[in-house]
Amino acid sequence: MRAARLAPVLLVLPSALLVLVFVYGFIAWTGWLSLSSANDLLLGAARFAGLDNYARLAGHPRFRIDLENTVTFGLTFIPGCLILGLGGAILIDHVVRFEGMWRTVCLMPLALSFIVTGVVWRWLMNPSSGLNLMLEGLGLGALRSGWYTDPAVGIKAVALAAVWQLSGYTMALYLAGLRAIPRELYEAAQVDGAGTGQTFWRITLPLLAPVTLSAVIVLGHISLKIFDLVIAMTGPQGGPAFSSDVPANFMFQTTFQANRFADGAAVSIVLLVIVSSLVIPYLYWSLRREVRG
Amino acid sequence: MKRATLYLALALLAAFYLTPVYVLVATSLKEFREVSLEAMWRPPTALTFDAFKRAWAGDPRGGMRGLGPNFLNSIYLVVPSVLLSVFLGSVNGYVLAQWPFRGSELLFALLLFGMFIPYQSVLIPLVRVLQALGLYGTLPGLILTHVVYGLPITTLLFRGYYASIPRALVESAQMDGAGILGIYRRVILPLSAPTTVVAVIWQFTQIWNEFLFGVVITNKPTVQPITVALNNMAGSFIVEWNVQMAGALLAALPTLVVYVVMGRYFVRGLLAGSIKG
Amino acid sequence: MRRLITGWVLTAAFALAAGGAWAQGQAGKLEIFSWWTTGGEAAGLLKLFELDRQQHPGVEIINATVAGGAGQNAKAVLKTRMLGGDPPDSFQVHMGRELIDTWVTTGFMEPLDAMFKEAGWEKAFPPGVLELLRHDGAYYSVPANIHRANVLWYNRKVFQGTGLQPPRTVDEFFQVADKLKAAGLTPLALGDNGIWASTHLFETVLIGTLGADGYRALWTGKTDWNGPGVKKALESMARMLAYVNSDHAARSWDQANELVIQGKAGMTIMGDWVDADNLAKGFKDAGWAAAPGNTGVYDALSDSFGLPKKAPHRKETLDWLRLVGSKEGQEAFNPLKGSICARTDCDPKLFGPYLQWAMEQWKKDAIVPSLAHGAAAKESWAAAINDAMSLFVTQKDVAQTQKLLVQAAADAAKK
Repeated sequence: MRAARLAPVLLVLPSALLVLVFVYGFIAWTGWLSLSSANDLLLGAARFAGLDNYARLAGHPRFRIDLENTVTFGLTFIPGCLILGLGGAILIDHVVRFEGMWRTVCLMPLALSFIVTGVVWRWLMNPSSGLNLMLEGLGLGALRSGWYTDPAVGIKAVALAAVWQLSGYTMALYLAGLRAIPRELYEAAQVDGAGTGQTFWRITLPLLAPVTLSAVIVLGHISLKIFDLVIAMTGPQGGPAFSSDVPANFMFQTTFQANRFADGAAVSIVLLVIVSSLVIPYLYWSLRREVRG
Repeated sequence: MKRATLYLALALLAAFYLTPVYVLVATSLKEFREVSLEAMWRPPTALTFDAFKRAWAGDPRGGMRGLGPNFLNSIYLVVPSVLLSVFLGSVNGYVLAQWPFRGSELLFALLLFGMFIPYQSVLIPLVRVLQALGLYGTLPGLILTHVVYGLPITTLLFRGYYASIPRALVESAQMDGAGILGIYRRVILPLSAPTTVVAVIWQFTQIWNEFLFGVVITNKPTVQPITVALNNMAGSFIVEWNVQMAGALLAALPTLVVYVVMGRYFVRGLLAGSIKG
Repeated sequence: MRRLITGWVLTAAFALAAGGAWAQGQAGKLEIFSWWTTGGEAAGLLKLFELDRQQHPGVEIINATVAGGAGQNAKAVLKTRMLGGDPPDSFQVHMGRELIDTWVTTGFMEPLDAMFKEAGWEKAFPPGVLELLRHDGAYYSVPANIHRANVLWYNRKVFQGTGLQPPRTVDEFFQVADKLKAAGLTPLALGDNGIWASTHLFETVLIGTLGADGYRALWTGKTDWNGPGVKKALESMARMLAYVNSDHAARSWDQANELVIQGKAGMTIMGDWVDADNLAKGFKDAGWAAAPGNTGVYDALSDSFGLPKKAPHRKETLDWLRLVGSKEGQEAFNPLKGSICARTDCDPKLFGPYLQWAMEQWKKDAIVPSLAHGAAAKESWAAAINDAMSLFVTQKDVAQTQKLLVQAAADAAKK
């Protein structure tokens, strides 16, 4: 009998142990390192340095820009994927023939790695050829931009490349979500005399809310970890005046290029704190909601 | 919605997605001398598959390793990693959804949080731990890594799906005398296909395309996955862009095939309720 | 239930066993770690391996390479390995402060004095190089090659067409640049998608402004980073940036060279790997000269190999190092790599026209260490300077950048 009650715990125990070591153990190690003076390869000879590294970080111009960039990226990338995804899903949903073909086209970028996407978009966003050249050829010269070479645009250009890559995923999500909405609801709305706009805002969108939430979680965690794409597109320095630099990149350069291991660990911890401040409330709220509902 | 506008909008959308692909494909079909930023949009004057051949076979005399040998490594990496992480995610999701115990909610939250750590932060301790286990520099070590860091997302997917399985099904199996594993086998597994498809496709893509762990954990060229080999085709000073892009296409073929062939099942899997998050 | 536990235990055991079997070391091997993955450098490396196999048959050579812009990925992997106690037998590292401050002062490398004396290298390498290899009186690496950073590359047809000569000083540069601009061309092609290219340009301006001695003294603290010399160098660089292609942040150095090859730009200031690029693209009108203000100065960087203390195959590694520093080894490696020998006694006939010119200069110029390529400053210092450059290239704020450079020097001097 007791075995049966222990069974669920035992089943998840291996995963729990693995995560304990590989996630929380490592977080603890990083935290300890961030409080030390290990800023060269003599990790063993490090002394306790308190919050020195954090103080230095706070005054570092690059780090401040990075944090801003993460916010800008998130605010461009996530809505971009959601809007393009939903728009595309609605279009595909209305199509009668060749749905498979349209769907494949939109899902294709998901198959590529961020590095490949970064290299291609680096080419595309070259201000003197690439997209600018194409736009001019189409008579849309007014849309020309410096893309990521223009510090005012910076990370938004990277976000555009990321939207290209991942909006197929949100599109698939929304397509499924749209199809889960029972047709009777639409018919009832029509009978009540609702227009397309009203139907959309009052019926479709609210019913898609769980989908949107699920997408935001996945897109959110990608936003926080974005690294390969930035390096492949704008180099290890994150573009002119760090306009497309991100904390993950800064952490990587600081640790493995400049050998400042403790500083790099401090960047990681700050990132984690920021992530926690967003994720923990969400987890708390969503789990509470399930218990109640 | 009028047909014309619909198809126009779709065409614009398709153009958006296909434009970069055009550059990728066109450049990979050019000879090295023709490749330049200025000529990005021009189609190749002399179509050649040389870049693909070089990308696959490499240039043994010039010291460039091709992608060919590492293709198998990626297969050896991805298949066990996907199977294990999806299986574990399914078991975890099942237990957390249908057999809650004291602290299971907290456990789920802690598991999920693991999704958010940036991989760069854990490289050094990860290597130390793998060394202690004797797995550093090996494919099994890389597999273990991918399984562990894939647990949060697979668990999330399956838990959401299994939570929507009617309690009645589980209870009737219990009344037939099935234990926790019996219910899994008889009730849960048969229903798991849609979410399994989503999880498999997602994990397959993530792991196949992953670079950072690959380059740090498997440090010998004979063991490395294809993403590392692809990166190694860029010389530190000279880059043969046509070979790079051809290589990128070759490396992306399996995942491309997965999305083309399984795309419909991907959407169906999402439809089946795993989207309830 | 029991089956479950057994299942987990077996899986774990299997994983450990499989991994363990893999990880055992074997003798008679040599693992060389570098970022030479393609092109001439990979060909040169393979040639050296061939020679090594001829001289020491039975040694299995493992070519551990990791690509990625100037060794960025390789360095991350190398550090992870060294910290994890799994060093390669020898690894490619830039001679000078990068090697010394990263690996020597932290106790990872063995001194090579005995080999240097025995092989007669103190006579074969010029004193300027020996100085850069030395720390606390001992030598720690063997330079496989020498690259020159302060080269001005230009398109001879373009210059002939506009009746210009390559500029010898920084002032002449501006006169030439103005004429090129008037002719509708980009005077200076720059590709700093990898920001090191801008640091590279800046170091040549520093040399041109401060002279060889003044430049060298920057790294020992004798030249003040807050002084008028550095200020003037920053001002000159800001002026130069006005003559640069507007899409420089999107181009890598070779894509900048493309502009010169196509005749759209007149000049580029870059290291001598441009020669290899020109040859690969069949560019016949390349011209070269010392960078403006850099006549008589050889801004050197070198890929070198050392002996890690815990190298698994010590004897094989020592044999390798002897080969790398030998006349035979250097003559085999460098013509393929596109660099010159660190030794002064290599046969010029093996090298192309540019490299022959470089070899001539190598024998008589004042040798200074390169900043952008790890010879002059340790990695954290160079990283801080790169950061300052990233802001400078966009904002062109001389005062703020000078402050950042002063801070970088102060931080580097700490500890």
